[in-house]
Amino acid sequence: MTGPTPSTWRFPGLPGGRTWAIAIPFVFLLVFFMLPFLLVLKISFAQSAMHVPPYTALLQYQDQQLSFLLSLESYITIFSDDIYFSAYASSVKVAFFTTLVCLVVGYPAAWLIASARPGLRELLLMGVVLPFWTSYLVRIYAWVGILKDQGLANRLLLWSGVTDTPVQLMHNTTGLYMGMVYSYLPYMVLPLYAFLVKMDRSLPEAARDLGAQPWEVFFTVTLPLSLPGITAGCLLVFIPSVGEYVIPELLGSASDLMIGRVMWSDFFNSIAWPLAAAATGVMVALLLVPMVWFQRVQSRTGAVA
Amino acid sequence: MTGLGVWLGRGFLTLLFLFFYLPIASVIFYSFNASALASEWTGFSLHWYAKLLDDHELLDACRISLVLAMATACSSVLVGAWIGYVLATYRRFVGSGLFSAMVNAPLVLPEVISGISLLLLFVSLEQSLGWPQGRGMATMWIGHTMLCISYVAITVQARLASMDRSLTEAARDLGAAPLRVFFDITLPLIAPSLFAGWVLSFTISLDDVIMSAFLSGPDTTTLPLVLLSRMRLGLNPEINAVGTLIIAVVSTGVVGNSWYLMHRERAQARLLAQAAQARSPRAAQIPVSA
Repeated sequence: MTGPTPSTWRFPGLPGGRTWAIAIPFVFLLVFFMLPFLLVLKISFAQSAMHVPPYTALLQYQDQQLSFLLSLESYITIFSDDIYFSAYASSVKVAFFTTLVCLVVGYPAAWLIASARPGLRELLLMGVVLPFWTSYLVRIYAWVGILKDQGLANRLLLWSGVTDTPVQLMHNTTGLYMGMVYSYLPYMVLPLYAFLVKMDRSLPEAARDLGAQPWEVFFTVTLPLSLPGITAGCLLVFIPSVGEYVIPELLGSASDLMIGRVMWSDFFNSIAWPLAAAATGVMVALLLVPMVWFQRVQSRTGAVA
Repeated sequence: MTGLGVWLGRGFLTLLFLFFYLPIASVIFYSFNASALASEWTGFSLHWYAKLLDDHELLDACRISLVLAMATACSSVLVGAWIGYVLATYRRFVGSGLFSAMVNAPLVLPEVISGISLLLLFVSLEQSLGWPQGRGMATMWIGHTMLCISYVAITVQARLASMDRSLTEAARDLGAAPLRVFFDITLPLIAPSLFAGWVLSFTISLDDVIMSAFLSGPDTTTLPLVLLSRMRLGLNPEINAVGTLIIAVVSTGVVGNSWYLMHRERAQARLLAQAAQARSPRAAQIPVSA
């Protein structure tokens, strides 16, 4: 290939290669990521209608009159109907406790893996990543097989004599959290591991040599040094958990109504698109602060790489 | 650490890996079960695998999913690598903050949100431009690509950031045009991350439920959608057989890939050491400290 030399690269009157290189993916992202959000906002102010698509246009031209109608109906429904409030509240609650359990289990796991000897370390890390690559749906389904009334867990409980009747382990809070923690734990372990393995091990050692107790070393040296990893891991678990659909659907109960399920049923079962769009808008607003936080952590540290 | 601490640590990790792998093991185990009840072990059988071959709904869905995953992996690598290149090469430009936010947000954004918003985009486009007509492969392809590009972009960006910048600068100084520098120097150097991005995008697409639910058409039901609708109806032992096949393929791929990358890195290190020795005869006499 005999490419043009740098001086002939720029055509007169046209922007240079750099501009094109940036503009093309920029426009792609604007069209397929930003524009859809604006449309969600637009449709959330429309009214439901019995035609295709099932919502009214905001701008209407009828009888030589151009009218612009913003309907607040969907937002009023969301803020007055208890179903929405309790769904948002229970989604945030479930996401919060899932994050907490993942942190409590994931931190020691990441620390132990990061402290293993080099060859073993990679093997253990792959052990954490591998389930994360295999079908998410099949793994959730596996939990159904384990937690149902005649499932593996109940057989074990009956056999060991802990109970003499099967315990209900799914379609309730236990099943929901089991599935949530199981699916999201790798998202916590991986960024924590990345920060703990990079950490200068001589610092906690120095603190020990200077006479600090192990717990003092942990709280004053190790924990502050791994703080960006904790933040990244918590946000990576919390934000997507709020909108989780499949796990509450297959393992949760009807009373643990999460907002993802409500939006899904508004969309597919009641065909209430403006309502689903407004619920999406409120959810984005709810997640805006954690998302901006994640953006700052990610652009500063590259936690996900 | 004290002896007790070491044993506590080992015990904890063992329990953790049991938690991770017990569900996977149970899927594999029950896929060979003769009983239809799926909880009673009544003997070894390949019955459920044989049933798969006659299940046309499942086979069609499988074919659609594989085609879609291939297409998604290719397009995601193309777009994602371009975005990663822009992020790593031109750090500051007009709107660079918005650009990087649009790359990072999909990593955490709940899929229900991106699914609904893309569906509304396609419906609006159909109204105003007449394209796409209804939903199907094309809309799912774009949706899945949007799910994957951020991962590819970030992998490629990390690879480029760790790359020796003097290589591309030297090529530029020697008179190569930017495009030529990209194809001759940058592309071969980021090839492993492109490959990793391809594999990751393929598995994300193959596994996706929510985006597909919003963007699929009547004749384009993917494998996860068929599986989800059967799971909603109750236990279906065939799912164990499908699951086992997916687990087998994916784990072979992942393990093989990391084994290959590990060996490639070692071979590269060996070649570099040899090259360094060949260039300066004196270096050969200095023992290389590992």
